[in-house]
Amino acid sequence: MKTTTQGPEGRLPAPSSHRTATRAEARRGLTPDQPRPRVDGSLRRRRRLDKLTIALFLAPALLLFVVLVVGPIALAIYTSLFKWNGFGGLPEDFIGLDNFTRLLQDEVFIGDLKRGLILVLLSVFVQLPVALGLALLLNQPLRGRAFYRLVFFAPYVLSEVITAVLFTMVFSPNQGLTNQAMSAIGLENLQQEWLADTSTVLYALFFVISWKYFGLHMILYLAGRQGIPKELTDAALTDGAGSWQVFRHVTLPLLGPTIRISIFLSIIGAIQLFDMVWVLTGGGPIHSSETMAVTMFQYGFRRSEVGYASAISVAMFLISLVFALLYQRFVMRRDIEGAITTMREKR
Amino acid sequence: MTTRRDTKVRHFWLHVIAIVVGAGIIVPVAFGVLGGFKDNGQLSTNPFALPSPWVPENYTSILGSSGFWRPLFNSTLIAVATVVLLVLVASMAAYVFARFNFRGREFLYTLFAAGLMFPFAVAILPLFVLLRELSLLNSPLGVILPQAAFGLPMTIIILRSFFRTIPGEVEEAAILDGCTPFGFFWRILLPMARPALATVSVLALVASWNNFMLPLVVFTDPSWWTLPVGVQQFQGQYADDTARVLAYVVLAMIPALAFYAVAERQLVGGLASGATKG
Repeated sequence: MKTTTQGPEGRLPAPSSHRTATRAEARRGLTPDQPRPRVDGSLRRRRRLDKLTIALFLAPALLLFVVLVVGPIALAIYTSLFKWNGFGGLPEDFIGLDNFTRLLQDEVFIGDLKRGLILVLLSVFVQLPVALGLALLLNQPLRGRAFYRLVFFAPYVLSEVITAVLFTMVFSPNQGLTNQAMSAIGLENLQQEWLADTSTVLYALFFVISWKYFGLHMILYLAGRQGIPKELTDAALTDGAGSWQVFRHVTLPLLGPTIRISIFLSIIGAIQLFDMVWVLTGGGPIHSSETMAVTMFQYGFRRSEVGYASAISVAMFLISLVFALLYQRFVMRRDIEGAITTMREKR
Repeated sequence: MTTRRDTKVRHFWLHVIAIVVGAGIIVPVAFGVLGGFKDNGQLSTNPFALPSPWVPENYTSILGSSGFWRPLFNSTLIAVATVVLLVLVASMAAYVFARFNFRGREFLYTLFAAGLMFPFAVAILPLFVLLRELSLLNSPLGVILPQAAFGLPMTIIILRSFFRTIPGEVEEAAILDGCTPFGFFWRILLPMARPALATVSVLALVASWNNFMLPLVVFTDPSWWTLPVGVQQFQGQYADDTARVLAYVVLAMIPALAFYAVAERQLVGGLASGATKG
């Protein structure tokens, strides 16, 4: 990953040997007739102390990470090669790649991919442009914009579960806000069982996702926009560019890195979407709002097909890994290195 | 050239847009708050107006039962423990990555950074099996430890880059004064890194508070449910009692929104700076 190459090695403060030299010099200055061997001894002691520090300071993080992050991923890869109900020690019924061939013929899983793609496209072409527009709006010297920003970003701090339960009520057929509002303005014929109709459920889901997450993208764009020097837009205006031209040829290109990160976050979020779907619809009706994570959860925790569920986990892992690598390699290569890695889980 | 009047007209329309979007956020929440003060009959016949009469029983009955306070306590306990453990462990590792040269450093750092590519959902199933073997099901540690582990990559990356900005002279001076590496870390580096520690703590706190999948599978015992699990179970239990569910959801929102009101700057700043800095 790119982050590792970040920052030249030379910028690192005093490697241990140099640091020890400074200390030794200082000591020599205090006691000029100190014999050399003592300095070497202190150097060696110093190095040993550094090694000890490195080991002791890294150990807890490494232990946690290897046991609870790397371990489970490795275990998932291993169990995906077995037919296993998840009980009784390690799996024994080795079936090779059968789980994966089954996966590729599984209509629900293929459907998960399609629905994921629809959600991604809707996010990129609807949610993110709206977020961008609002960020530019809040960048204007508008009275009360701090308040608007506070409100727009607030849904991001609510958990997906709370959001989903609230919107279960908003979309509920009889007492729900949407249908009540429609009958109030005389649109009874447009009333729907939003979450129980296979043709509307995915769009209702998308609406709730956008409701919760557009504020995050807006905040990112706002930060990106404020990083663009005012001189640039002013210069373009002085040269006679209209506000659309300034946006199209100055603001938008300079927001490129931020936009690419925000698209990345949207896509990674869509790949692992679970909480909201699980609470809002459980994946239904008839799988029409199901995601990969929901399918995996169903097989793993409800039907005890742990081997097959592990195969779905591995597929999710590979999809996000391949996507992340390709995206970094081809889309974000010109951007500030390492940015992608810090933003991954924050969505 | 834009005249003053043009600006005024433009700002008027910008306000209109902002108010419409704001209403889109506030109306569903207000629907919840007011709905909690109605009974189910009122919800059908009187959806938009203020409750008449106001029915506080939904709220008071929830506030009077342990079904709300217990998950609130559990969520708090787990979030605080996760943050303390994560920030301590991650800052120790970040210190080593930022300040020492040793063989294998880049490899180890890459390993941690690559952890960002592992979505939590991928690991949940094997993690569950592992926690079962370690007898950590129905134990808060079964949630705290994995949350801390999955928080490591991001926290280490942010803290390392911050630790690197602290000048080497500070460390040299401390060493000259006879400070051990641990003494420097504990008494000088961490206090200097307070803003960065606040940022990562806020992010970790929100992540833990909102986590649903892990507590859902780890806690089969209701006395350990966290707020998200409690909300979901409450909805399942009172599916027909919309007003009561709305009241519970609204109460469950309050801690998060209150925290947001207090820590908005850290949260927004942390997210925004994370996008531009490594």
